[in-house]
This record gives sequence, C-alpha cells and structure tokens, in this order.
Amino acid sequence: MRTVPISVTVNGEVRQAAVEPRLLLVHFIREVLGLTGTHIGCDTTSCGACTIHLNGKPVKSCTVFAVQADGAEIRTVEGLEQDGRLHPVQEGFWQEHGLQCGFCTPGMMMTAVALLEANPNPDEAEIRRAISGNLCRCTGYVNIVKAIRYAAEKMRQPEVAPAVAGGGED
Amino acid sequence: MIPGPFDYHAPRSLAEAIGLLGAHGFDAKLLAGGQSLIPMMKFRLAEPAVIVDLNRVPGLDGVREQDGQLVIGALAREADLEQAAVVATTYPILLDTALVVADPLVRNLATVGGNLAHADPANDHPATMLALGAELTATGPTGERTIPIDDFFVDTFTTALEPDEILTAIRIPRPAPRSGGAYVKFERKVGDYAIAGAAAHLTLDDDGRVAAVRIGLTNVNYKPMRATQAEAALLGQEPTEDAIRAAAQLASQECDPSSDLRGPADYKRAVARTVTARALRRALERARAA
Ligand SMILES: Cc1cc2nc3c(=O)[nH]c(=O)nc-3n(C[C@H](O)[C@H](O)[C@H](O)COP(=O)(O)OP(=O)(O)OC[C@H]3O[C@@H](n4cnc5c(N)ncnc54)[C@H](O)[C@@H]3O)c2cc1C
Ligand code: FES
Ligand code: FES
Repeated sequence: MRTVPISVTVNGEVRQAAVEPRLLLVHFIREVLGLTGTHIGCDTTSCGACTIHLNGKPVKSCTVFAVQADGAEIRTVEGLEQDGRLHPVQEGFWQEHGLQCGFCTPGMMMTAVALLEANPNPDEAEIRRAISGNLCRCTGYVNIVKAIRYAAEKMRQPEVAPAVAGGGED
Repeated sequence: MIPGPFDYHAPRSLAEAIGLLGAHGFDAKLLAGGQSLIPMMKFRLAEPAVIVDLNRVPGLDGVREQDGQLVIGALAREADLEQAAVVATTYPILLDTALVVADPLVRNLATVGGNLAHADPANDHPATMLALGAELTATGPTGERTIPIDDFFVDTFTTALEPDEILTAIRIPRPAPRSGGAYVKFERKVGDYAIAGAAAHLTLDDDGRVAAVRIGLTNVNYKPMRATQAEAALLGQEPTEDAIRAAAQLASQECDPSSDLRGPADYKRAVARTVTARALRRALERARAA
C-alpha cells in the first residue's frame, strides 16, 4: 500500500510518519503516536469524543485524514497538563465533578480550552452553544458547565499556588 | 470505519487542481471541509480512487464585500461566516443559516462551498442561496463561468458543475434598501439535519408592498427548491399576516417531501408551512427595520 510521509507538531513535538492516505487523524493519534487520551465514540462525526485542536481550532479528528494534517500543529488532551500542573480546565472538571465515566471528557475539555482561549468570560448560553458538538451520556451537562466556568474564572485570575497532577485533595 | 484506499493529491494551485480533476474524471473527488465526503467514504457510500485536497490552494479563503457583492471563497468555513462582521450586519440570513449547520466543531471545517456543491437537499445553505439569488463562479480548464443558483441544483447530490470544474466563489448581491431575509429550520435535536427549513428574502416598496421575494426550502424535495407559487402569491401584495399564512400554505403544497426517519410526508408539509411563515415574518421585520 502506498504511503505518504507526513510531519506534524503534536503537543509541541515534531512527529514524522509514513501513512496511508486513508488513515484517519484519530487513528494516527491513537495508534501511530500512542496518544490514547483522544477517544473514538461514534465514528460518525456526532459525539465529539475525538476532538483535538488542529492549528488552534477544535475539530473532530475522526473526520480528517492524517495526510491533511501534514505541517499542522495539533494539540491533544495529553498536551494540556504542563510540568505536572493541571490545565485550569482539567482542574475545573476535577473540582466541579464534570465527569462520571470520563469517556467524553478529553473531547469536552479540548472544546472548552478552545472556547476559553477565544472568549475568556463566556456566559452559560455561550458555553452550552460551544459544547453542542460534544455529547455526554452521563452528567446531564450541569457540572460540565460549572467546570468550564470554574476554569474561566481561574484563567482570568493572576497566578496562584499550583495544583499538582495526581496529588492534592479529593 | 475505514474508508477505501485512494491516491491523495494536495495541489498548490487552482490550475493544478483542475488538471488533476481533468486527468482522473469521475474517479476523482475534491476534498474541501471533508465533513460530508469523509463520512460518506467511511460508510463506503463514496469510494473515490483519487482525492484532490483543495485546502492547500491559495486565494480561496475568506468572506468579503467587493463591488456591491458579498464574495464567499470556496474555502470559507461556516465558522468564518459566523465571525464576519459584515455578515451579521448586512446578510443576517447567512448567519441564521451558518449557526444551524451541524455543530461548532463541524463548522470549523465545513465550507459553505462544499455545502452547495454536495447538493444534499438536507443541507441548509442551498435554500438560503436560492432566496438570496446567489451567483456561483465555477472555474475549469477553459476559465471561469457564472452559474445562477437557480440553475445549479440538478438532482439529489448532482449539480451543474462539470467533473473538472471547481466552485471557486459564491457571490451574493448586496440587498436593496428595505430588504430583509431570514432562515428558519426545524430539527429534531441540535446539530441534526432539518425536518424542514425555509429561507425567505424580500424587498418592500415605498408603500410597504412586496416588491421582490424569493423563498427557498430545505429537505422537502428531491433537490433544493424555490417555493415559486408562494412567491407569486406575495408579490405586489401588502405582507399582512393573512397573506403570509396563505403563502406558507402554498409552499407546503408545492413541496414534495418523502416519509423517512424524520417523519411522514404530511407532517413535513405541516412543518414546511410553519417554518415558511416564520421565515417570512422575520424577513419582514428585518426589511422594515432596514
Ligand atoms: C454530524 C454532521 C451534521 C451535519 N449537519 C448539517 C446540517 O444540519 N446542515 C447542513 O447544511 N449540513 C450539515 N452537515 C454537512 C456539513 O455542513 C458538510 O460539511 C457540508 O455539507 C459539506 O461541506 P464540506 O466543506 O465539508 O465538503 P466536503 O465534504 O469536502 O465535500 C462535499 C462534496 O462537495 C464537493 N465539493 C466540495 N467543495 C467543492 C468545490 N469548491 N467545488 C466543487 N465541488 C466541491 C466534494 O467533492 C464532495 O463531493 C453535517 C455534517 C455532519 C458530519
Ligand atoms: S468519534 Fe469523532 S465525533 Fe464521535
Ligand atoms: S462522563 Fe460519561 S459520557 Fe460524559
């Protein structure tokens, strides 16, 4: 099978591979790069579990070919935590109980991060509109909205004491 | 779901893209936002041997006003329409439409051009472009030609484009004074295709009568359609509530929906009547405010 060389910057690191043109970006991320935080829920462009940032915009990676991402910047959920510190959106989901089974969570958080980078102080309607392409079967969305509001507030504050990934209080 | 295998080309110029389409004919498919094509390839409803990716062709981006027209480039995304200030101020019917296409993640990739070129009667932009009287620029091996939107939709998933032609721009005339337009869609849930949708665009004369009107309908026919009987009933009339209801009734009779998962045909006709009336009322409000 003919392959095409691609070079993609994923979470700040340049990654190169030879891929079949029909390889979907989500399969490239999960199976070639081993970054399994990005989930596959529906495979039909409906659920948003596969949401990643492609050149800064949140998109459904099950509906992009990996070859299309040649030369692009990609951010996945693994790129949110920095130096052992949770991203404010991750912290918000933890503090506000924004997840139950957690399956939708990586995609939901990637959409939330993109929203807050574009609009630091969204109201509830704006949050709900932004996450309307991400489906959650567990939470009923109330705590997800709270988690995003928590993160928005935190991101607007000046730096305070860091939260440590995997540590801290429950 | 894994799409069938294909050869991938990412041309860097329009001429190169057209050349590739010409060389491969019906075996090739153009890829824009991929939000209709890739799902179809995953279901193997489409199995093109060659993909020509339009995304690296320069000069096709953007939404701008130029020479009294709104020009939407072939690679303008739905999200670009949502963010363009001129769309919100002067072409609110386009904003109505973009905001109900799929969901924000799909809209970051899906192009307005692809929404028309796909020619799915369930897509939302065709009705709006029919109401706006858009003109489409098609570029092929011998140059450009203009296709009026009324001639563009030939059949389900079939347009007037030749296999080696690319839809390069959508041009919309700047609305005359005292004009207004609106798109109203009724769907089962956020992000779904319409049960029925209606786009209405009208212009009032100095006496407040309807000087011009165009109505497009979504997902109630084998291809996107204009409700010409409804238009004729309104033309020259005072747009009273009774006149709007009568026109909406005509629209529901002249459309031809089929029964499917979204409901039986009779129900869809009733929805078509309701959305047509709502679109006309909102268009009228906007025309009076303009
Ligand atoms: C979950 C989901 C929900 C959706 N809901 C809606 C909805 O509610 N309303 C709606 O209107 N749409 C909806 N869509 C469709 C979406 O808007 C599509 O993206 C759009 O119809 C096609 O645009 P695209 O740029 O993605 O085109 P692509 O998928 O890239 O292409 C579609 C077709 O058009 C052709 N094409 C594309 N661009 C050109 C061009 N410039 N010249 C010639 N041919 C071209 C391609 O060859 C292909 O045959 C939905 C899609 C998904 C996945
Ligand atoms: S897996 Fe991509 S949208 Fe559901
Ligand atoms: S937490 Fe289970 S799907 Fe959202």
